[in-house]
Amino acid sequence: MNRDEAYNFAYLDENTKRMIRRALLKAVAIPGHQVPFGAREMPLPYGWGTGGIQVTAAVLGAGDVLKVIDQGADDTTNAVSIRRFFNRVAGVETTTHTGDATIIQTRHRIPEAALTEAQILVYQVPMPEPLFRLEPRLAETKRMHALADYGLMHVKLYEDIARHGHIATSYSYPVMVDGRYLMSPSPIPAFDNPKMDRMPALQLFGAGREKRIYAVPPYTEVRSLDFEDHPFRPHRANASCELCGSRSSYLDEVVTDDRGGRMFVCSDTDYCETRQEDQQTENAKGEAA
Amino acid sequence: MAYVAVKGGERAIGNAHAWLAETRRGDAAVSELEVAQIGQQLGLAVDRVMTEGSCHDRDLAALAIKQSKGDLIEAAFLLRAYRTTLPRFGYAEPLDTAAMLIRRRVSATYKDLPGGQVLGPTFDYTHRLLDFALAAAGEPPAPAPEVEAEAEDAVAPRVTELLSREGLMRREEDAAQEPADLTRQPLSFPAARSTRLQNLARGDEGFLLGLGYSTQRGYGNSHPFVGEIRQGSVTVCLTPPELGFEIEIGEIEVTECQMVNQFHGSRSEPPQFTRGYGLVLGHGERKAMSMALVDRALMAGELGEDRTAPAQDEEFVLLHSDNVEATGFVEHLKLPHYVDFQSELEVVRLMRATVASQAEPEQVEP
Amino acid sequence: MMRPGFADPVQDAQSCFRAVLEALSRPGRVQTLASGLTPPAPLHPATAAVLLTLADAETPLHHDAGAEADAWLRFHCGCPMTAAGSAAFVLAVTPPPALATLQAGTDEEPERGATLVIQVEALEAGSGWRLRGPGIEAEHRLAVRGLPDGFLADRAARRGLFPRGVDVILCAGDRIAALPRTTLIEEG
Repeated sequence: MNRDEAYNFAYLDENTKRMIRRALLKAVAIPGHQVPFGAREMPLPYGWGTGGIQVTAAVLGAGDVLKVIDQGADDTTNAVSIRRFFNRVAGVETTTHTGDATIIQTRHRIPEAALTEAQILVYQVPMPEPLFRLEPRLAETKRMHALADYGLMHVKLYEDIARHGHIATSYSYPVMVDGRYLMSPSPIPAFDNPKMDRMPALQLFGAGREKRIYAVPPYTEVRSLDFEDHPFRPHRANASCELCGSRSSYLDEVVTDDRGGRMFVCSDTDYCETRQEDQQTENAKGEAA
Repeated sequence: MAYVAVKGGERAIGNAHAWLAETRRGDAAVSELEVAQIGQQLGLAVDRVMTEGSCHDRDLAALAIKQSKGDLIEAAFLLRAYRTTLPRFGYAEPLDTAAMLIRRRVSATYKDLPGGQVLGPTFDYTHRLLDFALAAAGEPPAPAPEVEAEAEDAVAPRVTELLSREGLMRREEDAAQEPADLTRQPLSFPAARSTRLQNLARGDEGFLLGLGYSTQRGYGNSHPFVGEIRQGSVTVCLTPPELGFEIEIGEIEVTECQMVNQFHGSRSEPPQFTRGYGLVLGHGERKAMSMALVDRALMAGELGEDRTAPAQDEEFVLLHSDNVEATGFVEHLKLPHYVDFQSELEVVRLMRATVASQAEPEQVEP
Repeated sequence: MMRPGFADPVQDAQSCFRAVLEALSRPGRVQTLASGLTPPAPLHPATAAVLLTLADAETPLHHDAGAEADAWLRFHCGCPMTAAGSAAFVLAVTPPPALATLQAGTDEEPERGATLVIQVEALEAGSGWRLRGPGIEAEHRLAVRGLPDGFLADRAARRGLFPRGVDVILCAGDRIAALPRTTLIEEG
C-alpha cells in the first residue's frame, strides 16, 4: 500500500521522533525505569494505544514488517485500526505471522511463539505505574522508585495470600526488572509474565496518556513478585483449544449458548492458525503415504 | 460443533464509518449545515472547542463541531490532533488584557470604577423562556442600540491593579523564565503556576465548574469576589528572532476573570487579597470563572494554607482536568478486555473453590 | 562550504537510530551505520551520524572537536553549546572528561544522565573486554582502540551510583558500540 504523502513518514514530525528516540535510549539504559516523554496528541484516542503507536512510529523504518495484535488477535477492531493507521502513514508491509514480523505492537498479550533477536515487541500501556492502586500520587511513587522502596507491593500481595490463600492478581502482575525496578508488564495475563524473562527480543513500553516510556533490554531478568512459600503461579484455563488442540497456549473462553455451554480457543490467533495448517499438512502427508 | 474464530474486524470498521457518515448528515431533505453557520450562530460552542482544543481558529473549530455531530469534546480532540502536526514558528508575547477593546466588563467589588460597568451581550438577565419565534426562523433581530459604544474608547484599568496600587493585592512575581508548554513536555510536580494555568485553560469546563463550585461550598477555604470579568479583543504580538522587534499578527477575542480572595496572611506575608486567574479564548465566562476559583484553590500550597479539599490537590486536579485524556481512558473500557477477564475468571473460580473446600468441614458440625 | 547532512533526513535518521538502539540494547555488539555522511574533520561518519540522529535544539551539547565541527553541528543539529557539566550529549574526540564531571541525573530522574559519545580509533567485536549485564545473553567481547587507560576504572568506580550514571556510545569510522550504565566490563 502506498503511504499518504500528506503526512511525514510514520505521522510524527522529526523533532518529535528524536524526542521519543532519546527517551527510548534512556529507557533501555535504565531497564524498567519509567522515562517521562512529551507524548503528542495522536489522531487516535488516549487509552487506545497512543503510547505504543508513538513508540512504533519512532522506531519504524521502511524495511520493517509490522504486526499488530489486541488480545492476541490480529483481527480485533482496535488492532485493525492501528494497522490501518501505519499502513496509511508509513506504507510499511504488515503481517499476521509472528515469525515474519520485525516489530510487533501488542495490547494485553505476548505471542505464544518465542520471539527472536531480530524482533522488537512494543506494548501499549494504559497505566505504567505498577504501584498506582496502592499509591495514586506520582510524586510519591517516584520517590519509592528512587529508593527502590517496594514494601507496599509486598504487603499487598501478602494480604492477598492471608485473605484468599494465594495472590489474587491475575493480570498486570508486577515484575522486578534486573533486580532493581518494579515494573508493570502492562495488562497482560500473568500467564505471559515468564515470557518476558530473558527474552531475546527488545521489549519497549509506551504509555501515551500518562506520558511514560520504559523498556526491558534483551536477555534481562524479569521476575514476577512472589514469596518463597507462595511461588508465582500463572493461570490458564484447564482445557485444550477446540481448534488446534493446544494444551499449553493461553485460552479464550467462548460462551456458546445460554445454558452454560462454553468452549476454549487460543487467544493467539496466528499461533492457532499455524498449528491448524501444520496439522492439515501432516494429515495430507499421512493420507498420501 | 464447527467453530470458526471471529473475523471481519476490517469490514466492520468500514461499515461503521459509512453508517456514521450517514447519521451525521441526517435527513437529506433538511439542508446541510454550513461551517459558516456554526461559526456565526453556535459561537459559544466554537469558543469552547477552541479553548479546550488549544487552537484559535474559528473555521477549523466550526468544522470540527460539524464533523463531530456537535460532540464538543470530540471536536476539541479533532482540533488538538490537527494542532499537534502544525509547525511552530514562534511564541507570542503575553497578551495585554489591560489594553483590551472591551465588549463586556463587570466588577462585583465596586459599584462604579474607571471605564465603567459594561453589560455587553450576556444571557445574565434574560428570562429563560423558550423563544418559539426562533423556531420559525424569521427575520434577523433589529440591530442593537449603540449606547455602550463609548466604552470602547474608555481606559479601563484592571480592578486588581487598583487594589495593587493600594498595596492590598498580593504581587505576583515574574518567574523570569519561559513557561513550559504542556503540549510538548510532560507534567511534573510540583507544577509552576504558569503550567497549572495552561492545564486549567485546556481543562474541561464541566470538571472545573464542579471543582470551582466545591470551593464555594466549603471544600477549600475560599472567599471569592469577582474583581472583574472582561471580554473583548486583544492584539497578538510576536517577536520573530530574525527581526528582533515585536510585530502585530492579529486580534483575538478572549474572556478574562480575576477573582479577589481574602488572605489572612502568613509568617512572611501580611493580610491582603490574593487573586485567582482565568482566561479563555472567545466568550467563556463560566469556564473563566471556574478556572479562576480553581487556580486560587491550587495556590494553597505556596500560601501556606492547609490543603484538605479536592480543588486544592494539585496532582488530583491537573491530572484529571483534561477531557480528551479522560474521555479516551474512560471509553477505552469498551475495547476488548477478554484476555484479562479470562484470567480474572480463573482466579475467581479458584478462590470460590478454596472457600468452598474450607466451608465443607464446617457443615458437618451442627 | 558547509558539508551536507543526511541525504534523506527521515529514512537516514531512522536507520541510524535503529543501529544506536540495537547498540544500546546489546552492549558491545558492533553496529555499522550506512549514513553516507562526509562530515568535517575530525568527525568520523558514525560520530556525526549519531549526533545528527539524536541531538537538536532541545539537547545542550558539549564537544572538543574544533571550530569546523562546531559550525557543522550547530548548522545541522541546531543544538545549543554548553559546558560539559550541563550537557545532555558530550562528544569527545580527544580523551573524554572524567565521568564525575558529567550529568548523572538523580535517583528520581536518572534519565537525565548524559550520553557520552566517544570517538575512538577502532572497534572490534569478539575479543578484548568481557561484557555482562542487561542485553547480553552470556558474554559479549569488545576490543576498543584509542581509549585512555583510566576509562574503565573511572566507569567502574561510579557503578554504585546506579540508577544514576552516564551512557557511552563509542564511534569509529562507520561503526558504533554502546556501553549503557548497566554494563559490567572486565578487561579481557
